[in-house]
Amino acid sequence: MVGNLSKRGYIAAHGGGMVSDKSKLTFWLLMAPLLIWLVTLIVLPHVGMFLVSMREKIGVREYQTSFANYEVFFNEPLYWNTFARTAYMSITATALTLGIGFPIAYYIAKLTRGRTKTTLFLMCLIPFWVSELVRTFGWMILLRETGVFSNVLQYLGLVSGPVEMLYNDAAIMTGLVYTSMLFMVVPLVTTLDSLDDSLIEAGYDLGASSFAILREIIIPHAMPGIVSGCIVVFMLSLGNYLTPILLGGKDSLWFTGLIYSQFITRFNWELGSAFGFLLLGLSSLIVFVGLKLSRQSLTKTMGQA
Amino acid sequence: MVIALPVFIESLTMSQTPDLECRAISKSFDDFKAVKDVSFSVPQGTFFSILGPSGCGKTTLLRMIAGFQKPTSGDLLIKGNSVLEVPPNKRPVSMVFQHLALFPMMNIGANVGFGLRQRGVNKTDIKQQVERVLERVGLGGVADRPVASLSGGQKQRVAIARCMVLEPDVLLLDEPLGALDLKLREHMKIELKQLQSEFNTTFVYITHDQSEALVMSDQIAVMNHGVFEQLGTAKELYYEPSTAFVAGFVGEANRFAATVESVNGTDVQMITDQGKALRGVDAGQGVQRGDSVDVFVRPEAVRLSRDVSQTGQLGNGGAGRVENILFNGANSQLILRDQASGAEMNIAMPQTGEFRDLTQGDVIAYGWEPQQTRVYSSARGRHGL
Ligand SMILES: Nc1ncnc2c1ncn2[C@@H]1O[C@H](COP(=O)(O)OP(=O)(O)O)[C@@H](O)[C@H]1O
Ligand SMILES: [Mg+2]
Repeated sequence: MVGNLSKRGYIAAHGGGMVSDKSKLTFWLLMAPLLIWLVTLIVLPHVGMFLVSMREKIGVREYQTSFANYEVFFNEPLYWNTFARTAYMSITATALTLGIGFPIAYYIAKLTRGRTKTTLFLMCLIPFWVSELVRTFGWMILLRETGVFSNVLQYLGLVSGPVEMLYNDAAIMTGLVYTSMLFMVVPLVTTLDSLDDSLIEAGYDLGASSFAILREIIIPHAMPGIVSGCIVVFMLSLGNYLTPILLGGKDSLWFTGLIYSQFITRFNWELGSAFGFLLLGLSSLIVFVGLKLSRQSLTKTMGQA
Repeated sequence: MVIALPVFIESLTMSQTPDLECRAISKSFDDFKAVKDVSFSVPQGTFFSILGPSGCGKTTLLRMIAGFQKPTSGDLLIKGNSVLEVPPNKRPVSMVFQHLALFPMMNIGANVGFGLRQRGVNKTDIKQQVERVLERVGLGGVADRPVASLSGGQKQRVAIARCMVLEPDVLLLDEPLGALDLKLREHMKIELKQLQSEFNTTFVYITHDQSEALVMSDQIAVMNHGVFEQLGTAKELYYEPSTAFVAGFVGEANRFAATVESVNGTDVQMITDQGKALRGVDAGQGVQRGDSVDVFVRPEAVRLSRDVSQTGQLGNGGAGRVENILFNGANSQLILRDQASGAEMNIAMPQTGEFRDLTQGDVIAYGWEPQQTRVYSSARGRHGL
């Protein structure tokens, strides 16, 4: 121990150690904001929430540690089904966003140049200049019974009376896809931009059809962008609260709505925390399964996209 | 015999149908003409090079042949059939791209087998053919390795194998050696030529590097500003360049601006702008008395002597002061300044060792024959008259 200490002192006194100490200090100073952010805003609340979720209320101000709150989730079909529905809808929204976003991203990345490209890219950003709440209300104005679409259809004589297009799954889906589009298009444009045009030409030159080129060259190249876009869109949809509630109405049965009502309406923080943790765990599991199915790894995806 | 004759004639004409033929092909981008009325034909098994400075329209021409660009006018025939309406994935030509364009998402075997897969060849056949073609380019047994594990020269060979496995009528190569370092480039020049004669496929090779074109090609077209300046063998281009551009672009040359004093047949007497009298031969452009001309002399055509009487009778020459000696082994050069006119001459150092002790500032006699002096009418037009 003594020998070790004196050796360190020796190195420190002779320059070499000084430099490394200094660079270490710089490193920690640079890391400090990130670490403070991670610890105070993410780790601490989650630890707190976890502790709350493990409390079972057995009397007035009497608690014991148990998994009872988690059991409630698995024993009550409503909770279960709501989660399954939320996950299923989010996966569908992700697939739809990919289906619509990919051609858009391909067009922006490969078929336009210079100013047109920048303009189109910025146009994808424009919806995000207004708040999510306002955007969603915009959809409500379009879709409600006395809204724009309903009136236009009546004016054209395609329907006889007013039509209600709000408060159904299609309305939720529209809102989710609209809200997520940017988060799919940006990573896709970035990866597709990095695809060398001569690879596509080489594909044609070797006799491939457009479909074969899409399948064998473009999609494999864009895979990191597809995966990261899908993860982000899926997580955003799953965790979305405003869109499903506003466009889907009271019975939208979205899991975040369930968590909200446990915390705010019922003051059942224990169950709410347990739901929060279940959402975290189950969504991570779905992403993990998705990555395994598409044979991608998270480090690879994040490194490239 | 009587029945066999038409068959014989047909087979004769068949073998004479060129693999590739361009008829007055042009390409304009907006109002800029990148390729102007280019016509040529390439017989089967030829190594055909298109040589020209960058920006002269080589890639545009090649991309029209491959089908990635549509000619503004003109016709394009492969094995006698017009392919203007054939999309690139149906044309019987393959292209080796400037940066090779190997697919990084596939291993080497999948890269080489890509074209066969598109044709719907079955898996075992693909595997066999891929292995065979890789062996032919000297890369047997690498099919399962990723593309990134190969060196530059090996990638080059994979790119060629990927095309050759499809047995194209014409292989197009767009400056494929440009990305390699000098030493490897020298090596690949020889290797490419060997591969070409081994596969006996028609190669259309474009480059801006004259030594690549000279070493490898059976036929070379020199291209400038969208037109072919001259088409011929390497020897013809080097010894009988038909335009001033070719004389200056292919090989090294000393260039003088001069005015014609008198013409006698092809024999031309001139005086350079610096006041030196020269004799040369008309390169076929019919120069006349009073014309402004460009005069070209190869550095190796000039002889050196310590004795003025020996070089004096050659026809052209004089005495010069050694300005500089650029030592480069067998390719060493001497920069002389003519004492009378002050003109600078670039002279290949004779390899006999006779002039090894020459140093800067020495004065030496030099001269060359009028036959080695080629005269072209200059773009500047005529003086006087
Ligand atoms: N798609 C295009 N649009 C407009 N101009 C082009 C296009 N492609 C090539 N050019 C122009 O045509 C000329 C010839 O280009 P290129 O064929 O690439 O020359 P090289 O391969 O000989 O260097 C250049 O001046 C280039 O700017
Ligand atoms: Mg080029």
